[in-house]
Amino acid sequence: MEKKDMIKVTNLNKSFGDLHVLKDINMSVTESEVVCLIGASGSGKSTLLRCLNFLEIKESGEIIIKDEKIEPHSHNLNEIRQKVGMVFQHFNLFPHMTVLDNVIEAPTHVKKIPKPEAMKQAKELLGKVGLADKVNVYPSKLSGGQKQRVAIARALAMKPEIMLFDEPTSALDPELVGEVLNTMKQLANEGMTMVVVTHEMGFAREVADRVIYMHDGKIVEVGKPKEIFEKPKEQRTKDFLNSIL
Amino acid sequence: MPEFSHITKQLIESYPVFFKGMLITLQVTIVAIIIAVFIGLLFSFLKISGRAILVRIADLYIYLVRGTPLVVQIFVFYFGLSALDISMFWSVTLGLAFHNGAYIAEIFRGAIQSIDSGQMEAGQSLGMSKMLTMRRIILPQAFRRAIPPLGNQFIIALKDSSLAAFIGLNELFNVSTTLGSNNFDYMTYLLIVAIYYLILVLLFTILVGMLEKKLAASDK
Repeated sequence: MEKKDMIKVTNLNKSFGDLHVLKDINMSVTESEVVCLIGASGSGKSTLLRCLNFLEIKESGEIIIKDEKIEPHSHNLNEIRQKVGMVFQHFNLFPHMTVLDNVIEAPTHVKKIPKPEAMKQAKELLGKVGLADKVNVYPSKLSGGQKQRVAIARALAMKPEIMLFDEPTSALDPELVGEVLNTMKQLANEGMTMVVVTHEMGFAREVADRVIYMHDGKIVEVGKPKEIFEKPKEQRTKDFLNSIL
Repeated sequence: MPEFSHITKQLIESYPVFFKGMLITLQVTIVAIIIAVFIGLLFSFLKISGRAILVRIADLYIYLVRGTPLVVQIFVFYFGLSALDISMFWSVTLGLAFHNGAYIAEIFRGAIQSIDSGQMEAGQSLGMSKMLTMRRIILPQAFRRAIPPLGNQFIIALKDSSLAAFIGLNELFNVSTTLGSNNFDYMTYLLIVAIYYLILVLLFTILVGMLEKKLAASDK
């Protein structure tokens, strides 16, 4: 059976002033698929990801989330973002709240879930990411890897159908990368639809269903990880992989 | 210079009158500051709204306050508002609130803009509206950062309230000059009133320090 598209992007364009950062992007992500976006800094992969939950507003083109064409000016973006969770490079935890309060903030204030129920769910999620003992701690007391796992739990608390990861391990000390990637693997195994901007080629090779290589605001090559990493068709993909591997 | 024993004696004897003046000074200052915080919050929102007309309005207000002496503002409020049957106490308090609101607006604006933009993005990515994120995520952090400069502004407001003496409000400074002229002994009463201000400022400083510590503790 053909899996249905969760995200479909057609002819997406985005500029910052004179800088044309996304050029006629076409891509789709199906249900339960893990797609990794790779490419050099400035290739537009983070911008593309941010367009998918409308933190950046597209200039032209079409973005369809779950069969619905989203127009930033006519749709309630807050509702769409509840379906599309996001994890940031710099965690962006709320420093004035405990770990538990970080996780229940949106469920209680946006979805209006009663606090006891939200707390129960939050504790389950925090247990899942291995931080059950940190519920009452403030973010400043956590390591980078722990912070990022809290951020993942916080995004999951809204029960999103799609998760976006914007270089989730780039700000971490090398020894802390593994714990975050493991949490993401676990999530992928559970069938979460994921779009991951990453420099972790090992993760992309192992977990991704498809890899998208971007260069200079364009998608250069798309394929299964094996194809991209072992038999890239495009010269630019080869050059990129040679430069980093 | 008056002798130390003389000052001490007058300090004790004049206590009931000064105490009344001190209460008025505190009332004017505290009420003015509370109003000024609301004015400041409102105008800081105008400043960060990004809408040219609202930013202009806030800029004009801040320019008017910064561009004219406080004593002129107090007189304008006094003569302007007395026509509306508003008491001297309230004219001074509103004048002081109008004045401090501008400085507090700038304090809040700076504090809000100092919060990392990732905080707003994180809130929005969770489906929180801009307003909700502002209220729940940005403002609590901004308030914390604003406390040291706010404390400073409060102390300035406390001392500035002495200008109310010029329109005849019986606050601390007015008490000291009145007693000074009645007794032909200005210096003694000026030194006494200085002691009162020093003690009040000390209390304010300790209070702000405690508040800062308490809020910082929750980050640990």
